[in-house]
Amino acid sequence: MSRDGVGASVTRGGGYDRVTGRQRYVADIHLEDVLHVKLVTLDCARARIRSVDASAAWRVPGVRLVTTAEDLPRPMPRFGPQFEDRPVLAVGETKYHGEPVAAVAAETRDAAEEAARLVHVDYEELPAVVTLAAALDPAAPLVQDPALRPGDPFATTNVLREHRVAWGDVDATVADLVVEHVYAFPMVTHFAIEPHAFMAAPDGDGIAVWSTIQHPYWLQRILAKLLRMPLSKVRVLAPDPGGAFGGKQHTKYEPLVAFMALRAGRPVRLVLSLEETFQAARRASASVRVRTGFRADGAFAFQDVAADYLVGAYADIADRVVSKGSYPACGPYRVPAGRVVGRGILSHTPPSTAFRGFGNPQVNWAVESNIDEGARALGIDRLEIRLRNLARRGEAFIPFDTPADGDWEQTVRTAAARIGWGTPLPPGRGRGIAIGIKSGPTTGLSYATVRLLADGSVIVYAGTSDMGQGARTVFAQIAAQELGAPLEAVTVVMGDTAVVPYDAQTSASRSSVLMGTAIQRACGQVRDQLRGMAARLHGIDEAGIVVERGTVRLPDRELPVLDVLRRGLGRLGGELIGNGEMRKEEEPGHPLGGSAAFWEFNCTAIEAEVDEGTGDITLVRHVTVSDVGRALNPLQVRMQDEGAAIQGLGHTLMEHYIFDDHGRIRNLGAIDYRIPTSMDLPLELHSEIVENGDGPGPYGAKGMSEGALLCVAPAVAAAVRDATGAVIRELPLTPERVWRALHGEPDRP
Amino acid sequence: MSDTIPIQLTVNGRQRSLRVAPHHTLLDVLRDDLDLTGAKECCLVGECGACTVIVDGRTVDSCLVLAVEVDGASVTTVEGLARDGSLSPLQQAFLDRGAAQCGYCIPGQLMSAHALLETNPHPSLDDVQEGLAGNLCRCAGYQQIVDAVLAAADGADR
Repeated sequence: MSRDGVGASVTRGGGYDRVTGRQRYVADIHLEDVLHVKLVTLDCARARIRSVDASAAWRVPGVRLVTTAEDLPRPMPRFGPQFEDRPVLAVGETKYHGEPVAAVAAETRDAAEEAARLVHVDYEELPAVVTLAAALDPAAPLVQDPALRPGDPFATTNVLREHRVAWGDVDATVADLVVEHVYAFPMVTHFAIEPHAFMAAPDGDGIAVWSTIQHPYWLQRILAKLLRMPLSKVRVLAPDPGGAFGGKQHTKYEPLVAFMALRAGRPVRLVLSLEETFQAARRASASVRVRTGFRADGAFAFQDVAADYLVGAYADIADRVVSKGSYPACGPYRVPAGRVVGRGILSHTPPSTAFRGFGNPQVNWAVESNIDEGARALGIDRLEIRLRNLARRGEAFIPFDTPADGDWEQTVRTAAARIGWGTPLPPGRGRGIAIGIKSGPTTGLSYATVRLLADGSVIVYAGTSDMGQGARTVFAQIAAQELGAPLEAVTVVMGDTAVVPYDAQTSASRSSVLMGTAIQRACGQVRDQLRGMAARLHGIDEAGIVVERGTVRLPDRELPVLDVLRRGLGRLGGELIGNGEMRKEEEPGHPLGGSAAFWEFNCTAIEAEVDEGTGDITLVRHVTVSDVGRALNPLQVRMQDEGAAIQGLGHTLMEHYIFDDHGRIRNLGAIDYRIPTSMDLPLELHSEIVENGDGPGPYGAKGMSEGALLCVAPAVAAAVRDATGAVIRELPLTPERVWRALHGEPDRP
Repeated sequence: MSDTIPIQLTVNGRQRSLRVAPHHTLLDVLRDDLDLTGAKECCLVGECGACTVIVDGRTVDSCLVLAVEVDGASVTTVEGLARDGSLSPLQQAFLDRGAAQCGYCIPGQLMSAHALLETNPHPSLDDVQEGLAGNLCRCAGYQQIVDAVLAAADGADR
């Protein structure tokens, strides 16, 4: 491995700007002549809007625009990545706490805020459904107008969709032991430290939109359709987001600011408060019923999983979260008969969306916990039962999908060894171990352009969003490796749809594999051109020339790339341009539309101690081991694994939305919604990786940014049970909940 | 609109005179009036630490301090840590140790760490974790951030 290239822990691209405060996030960009936008919302979840009176708002000095549903095209433009169900502004009825009814644009933020408060909305509060039970009650109000989903058999219910995956015959399979329980997973939010921010400005005969978006090209497509503009007239600028975790994948208020900018004829900006961000994006809560059949020797006979996810009032990407998240619920195990039914249930709550781990942590928590129940009942060690059932390399553990693509036993044994599984523990301590698995991307499309400039420096154009995972750095390393350029001579350009070629999305831990491959291929085209140049310059056949790591090897000698490049380009100079493309095509008939490009595989092991007087959990040791194929930048891999592990501790120990009777989030904001701080860390956190070079990405890499979050909860709960005997099937494991379980008190909702 | 009030303050060593609205915070003034956008806006209730700056030697959440309150004060923001284009040892340690991921919380983390090392040049692990407890990092790069602060403190010995 070289100093600059793949496998080195080089300094983060953009790191200098990040430690000096120079990094410009969307909210840091100042547009001349900009108007400030403030949203107008109601103090309840669901309400019939009778009328909106903006006359007082218009009287505030500096107000330039008040936009209500009346001011937008009719019928109300709707959008969404899966269903076009979300209106630009609420029309007729609000569906969740925080849904905007109107928006004000003014010369100053103060004026916009004052005027927004003065927009008088005459409304009648209506009953809201904010729980699974309420939404599934046959008498429940319908969250969505059935007219939005013509021909959909579920349109007259609050079920958005149902997804079934099955193999073998669960009902006919006999088991020696059947264990059945229901597990609850809380509603949590991304809490990126950068709240969502949006700006729009008329741009010639088109529009320019700035957004904290993860998928700028998807946003571009949605805006072009809503605004009836060609793609070429919609320019999306997407500076590196300040954390995203899935919450910034999809379009939120960009259509609103675009309509307002076009109406005002001026730039507008909308920076959400943290509270508004809580109302804009969150993870689906879930209730998961698991019935596991075991044979006496611990082998699984069947898994029967029914997962209900509480999604929001509009689908966003939630239906995909449900289908893809529930899909591998049976785990990375040999399961002769499996059945998974995942349902998305609509409710009067903020739209749920992608969140690191997608919909997997919900089912993973349930199924891994249920495996422990079986092991205990059978008297089999909890590690042993997992190893006994674990799919070996090449085994098709889901019969119609990518077989096991790693030495997973190695991962599990590494975690077990690091936690000291089977060694004596001091009194009051317990251990837990769990396995997490998630399908990588099932389809994908990434283009990259690489320019080798006349002085040997390189510009890479890649449409990935670098939201902290470090894609910019890894892409520069790949180009440096492939072209033999020093890392400091490589620039990576991202975040502008007018400049950078198309990339479908930054999600599902795909970018190193898919965009990384596209960059490799683009570099390959540049090398081909260098070979052609060398052949021409030296009058020899191209077949005898190899370009590798900055060197052009001729049959009789080696030349530096720069030497060939300079002579080849000649007096006019110029550059060599390579394009690369990486596709993962759809597979018709596959339940997810495509098999896994790779599996994200993680094993987490926990040693915990519980204060029986307070219910407080101390994580003595947290071990997370991920199979990453190849670490392109080991330091960044560690940061992703440790970050995911700690983020997983959030929904495991402390995070959850609490709703009141009006469907309002009671713990809205940073005071009442706690996320892990530097004081909440495990006493020891060990992250390790397994590298066998067996991934589909460059140099054998797999995607890896989500794995370490997947199975934190079952591992922690198992350690708590091991330490105390307390059985808890609802997250988060707050001190109160643990204390109640320890003292035989009923849990409180 | 409300009347404005004149204030004078020293920001990163530079004297600034400006008129501010009485309800505007130090964060508003830094970001909107002085174009110092290193301090970040997130929770605006003093919980996340993204807006941390140093006022007369002490860290404050600049979202909780009215601009008029710092009349006459000396303010250091993240933009004031590097001198003549070279990073402070703490910034360099953050860079070298991979403490910055998305980077959004980093200005606040740096200011808290800077103030910690000013008062406690040889902090223990516990000291650092407690000193940075008011700065949330959702990338959860806490291990690298803490490593960086300890490394910078070690470096101060040499």
